[in-house]
Amino acid sequence: MTLLILLHALVAVAAPALGRVLGRRVFAWIAIAPLATLAWLAPKLGHLLDGGEVAETTTWVAGLQLEVALRLDAFGALMVLLVSGIGTLVFAYAGYYFHERPDLGRFAMLLCAFSGAMLGLVLADNILVLFVFWELTSVTSYLLIGFEDLRENSRKAALQALMITGIGGLALLAGLVLVGQQAGTWSLAEILADPPTEGAVVSWAVVLILAGAFTKSAQVPFHMWLPGAMEAPTPVSAYLHSATMVKAGVYLVARFSPAFADVGLWRPLTAAVGVATMVWGGYRALRQHDLKLVLAFGTISQLGFLIALFGWGSSKLLFAGTAMLLAHAVFKASLFMVVGIVDHQAHSRDLRRLSGLGRRLPGVFVVASIGALSMAGVPPLLGFVSKEAGFVGFLDAPGLWSSVVLGGLVVGSVLTAAYTLRFVWGTFSTKPEVADPIGAEVARPSRWFVAPAALLAVVSVAGGLLTGVADGLVRPAARALSVGAGEYHLHLWPGLGTPLVLSAIAVGGGLVLFLGRDGITAVQDRLARGGGADQVFHAGYAGMLRAAARITRVVQPGSQMVYISLIIVSFTVLPAVVLVGHLAIPDDVVVAESPFQVLVAAVVIAGALATVITRRRFAAVVTLGIVGYGVGMLFVVQGAPDLALTQVLIETVVLVLFLLVLRELPKHFWSRRERALKALHVTISVAVAAVVFGIMVTSLAARTEVPVGEVAAELSYREGEGRNAVNVILADIRAFDTMGELVVIAVAAIGTVALVRARRPREDVEVPPDRGRSGAGLEEPT
Amino acid sequence: MTDGRPFGGDRSPILDESIRLAFHTVLVLSVYLLFVGHNAPGGGFSGGLVAGAAIFLRFIAGGRAAGALPGLGYEALCGLGLLISSVTGVAALAGGLGFLESWVFEREVPVLGVVKFTGTLPFDIGVYLVVVGLIAAIVDSLGREADTSETHALDPSHDQGGSR
Repeated sequence: MTLLILLHALVAVAAPALGRVLGRRVFAWIAIAPLATLAWLAPKLGHLLDGGEVAETTTWVAGLQLEVALRLDAFGALMVLLVSGIGTLVFAYAGYYFHERPDLGRFAMLLCAFSGAMLGLVLADNILVLFVFWELTSVTSYLLIGFEDLRENSRKAALQALMITGIGGLALLAGLVLVGQQAGTWSLAEILADPPTEGAVVSWAVVLILAGAFTKSAQVPFHMWLPGAMEAPTPVSAYLHSATMVKAGVYLVARFSPAFADVGLWRPLTAAVGVATMVWGGYRALRQHDLKLVLAFGTISQLGFLIALFGWGSSKLLFAGTAMLLAHAVFKASLFMVVGIVDHQAHSRDLRRLSGLGRRLPGVFVVASIGALSMAGVPPLLGFVSKEAGFVGFLDAPGLWSSVVLGGLVVGSVLTAAYTLRFVWGTFSTKPEVADPIGAEVARPSRWFVAPAALLAVVSVAGGLLTGVADGLVRPAARALSVGAGEYHLHLWPGLGTPLVLSAIAVGGGLVLFLGRDGITAVQDRLARGGGADQVFHAGYAGMLRAAARITRVVQPGSQMVYISLIIVSFTVLPAVVLVGHLAIPDDVVVAESPFQVLVAAVVIAGALATVITRRRFAAVVTLGIVGYGVGMLFVVQGAPDLALTQVLIETVVLVLFLLVLRELPKHFWSRRERALKALHVTISVAVAAVVFGIMVTSLAARTEVPVGEVAAELSYREGEGRNAVNVILADIRAFDTMGELVVIAVAAIGTVALVRARRPREDVEVPPDRGRSGAGLEEPT
Repeated sequence: MTDGRPFGGDRSPILDESIRLAFHTVLVLSVYLLFVGHNAPGGGFSGGLVAGAAIFLRFIAGGRAAGALPGLGYEALCGLGLLISSVTGVAALAGGLGFLESWVFEREVPVLGVVKFTGTLPFDIGVYLVVVGLIAAIVDSLGREADTSETHALDPSHDQGGSR
């Protein structure tokens, strides 16, 4: 399994180069990765559907118990089928969707990388590894949405999606860590087998995990990124934003629900958010004119349905959710492909202008209708069978709330049927009232362009008619979630009962809503003042940036004096608070060991005072140097030649540095008028000195152990084979620290150069005289 | 790159010549410090600082800002230093020790007699190079800054691209 993920990565890396050579045919080549996955899965499928598992572990960071633990069960197999199966179809489809363009290789790379990340996500058993793949899908999705990076809308939508799913990802990480710590293991299987369900920590962890799932699966109120993501090329929408990535949140809920449904707010949250999302998405879909947006809001609605089904956690609903997951992925991918075909042929997705396409493209019409009927829940299609199972599950669930949820789902289903009709009517009907119709002249698409969508339509039909076949996949998958969930069956003909009545209500109500669409639109237009969630997001985002700018102005005024004062004041105040109660003086105070020390100390003090008093910078640098060399002398007296050497050298270097900088600065510090400021500085300095002195005295008095120096000196000769303890400590005993410091020094070097260069005209770059400044292409727009 | 001294005034032949003589001597001293560091005061950090002082000397004498050693910019020095010290660490890993764990090399070599050094030496060489790189970077940028600020007003080509 690790190899399969690596294969995806490898193919992705190769894709840009392949794209340059092969053009559109690159998509056929990158399909190797999902095809290999399917080929790998095929012989194991029987074993998996019988309840078997395939597991594989590669050590990653042994010290952290972090290992790439992958585990495949029947539910995972269903997800892999969707990811790689629909992936293969989408890759094939993309080869016909795009016109030749130079950056197809990059697109193929991203698509394949996403496919690999999604595969890793559904295979991961270690929840930290799961999180890594989760974030990888967010990042690849970001790049795919922003693929048309010259369009502002595209970039904006990509950033919005990244921010929302990214924030959710952080919540998820926190939740997973909390759960993992409570459970004492990072293995998903072990956590689910013996879930930690007690305590406030787990209740919070559950909310955090749901926050991650909701953002990823575009649940209200985080849904606005999904319509925005329709900026991406249609193969992306068909693959990521209907069948796979947005299912990641659903996948997570499905996995955790059997164990955590009764914990804290899990069930109320999933039910409320799921139903609200289903209804709101369906409602918004009725207002859209862009076919892709109709489907996008429809997807939001369906994801809400799935969250409500899985989140409840009962066996029957887990079974129904699994069936619905399959049904939705199949019909939604095919419908998105149809929109892409229409867009490709007619160059429009506006349902107010498309007219007569049904007569012109009968094949596409049939394919779309099958997908749409499945979506609306009309027998005998897979969507109907799955939805029935969901209704049955909620009918059989105990309690009043389950009935309330069921009511919400029926309302959602009514809206679903209505927007489905709107979609089919909008795309294919002949609308005599359209003044400037697009449709009759449209070129027919290549047969192979339609084939992937048609194949999925066949699956929708077969899954409904041959419920036994669908059962063979759905039942083991559900059983892998929860043993009891594998006891149920899909029914093509459920009998004349309440579920059928509810389905009839859904379809009938949808028909009524569709027929009264002009009235609905009018009502919606009247209600929809004040903007949608998207505007709320952007207003909030802009507000956050403004607030950040304001805070930055306060805490970063640009005055170095203020910075240094703030740093040392906070450095002083915090320890001072602790010091007040604990000040202690060691018993055996030694003021000085020799008269020479007193002499040097006097010189140092004199130098320090002179530094403060003098008004000329140059003099201050020199007197500061006296302080530094004086301290070096003290080291010599104490018998620490290495420290003394280093101190003297550093002092020399600093002195010269000051001289270099001084050339740029005024000769004097400040005028006499700023006495108040000077007084403040003196106060701060004296306070710092007092606190530092207090800390040193107290820490001397507080010693209980042998100084580490003695141990280190002994150790450095015995272990490090060196007589210079300082050097051995730096280069051997704590070499790792020194390594880090080296990096800091290198970064400081780069930073110095960059800072100085930032305010210096560039002289080393030749600007061609004829092109001048505007030719560089790097200027920010003014 | 200008002639003349960074702090103004005329060139002093005596200073120039003495620094020319001292430069290499100080460099040798810095390398000496680097190698004795394991057993006597010195080490990569001190040695690097001494080498940095040599660079300063040359800069003060000639006002020559660019470059520490011929052909080696500060980027190369810092990068090489980091590379050497991290390779030392990884080599120890490859040799079955812990990351950066030191080892002892002791062998009879013709002419030189018994040669003994430990794994900290290559690491210290890395430290030395990074420190020299830092000082070279500072002299290079701050020093050149001064050069150009003097010639700035005279050269119209500097008005381009300097709007930030």
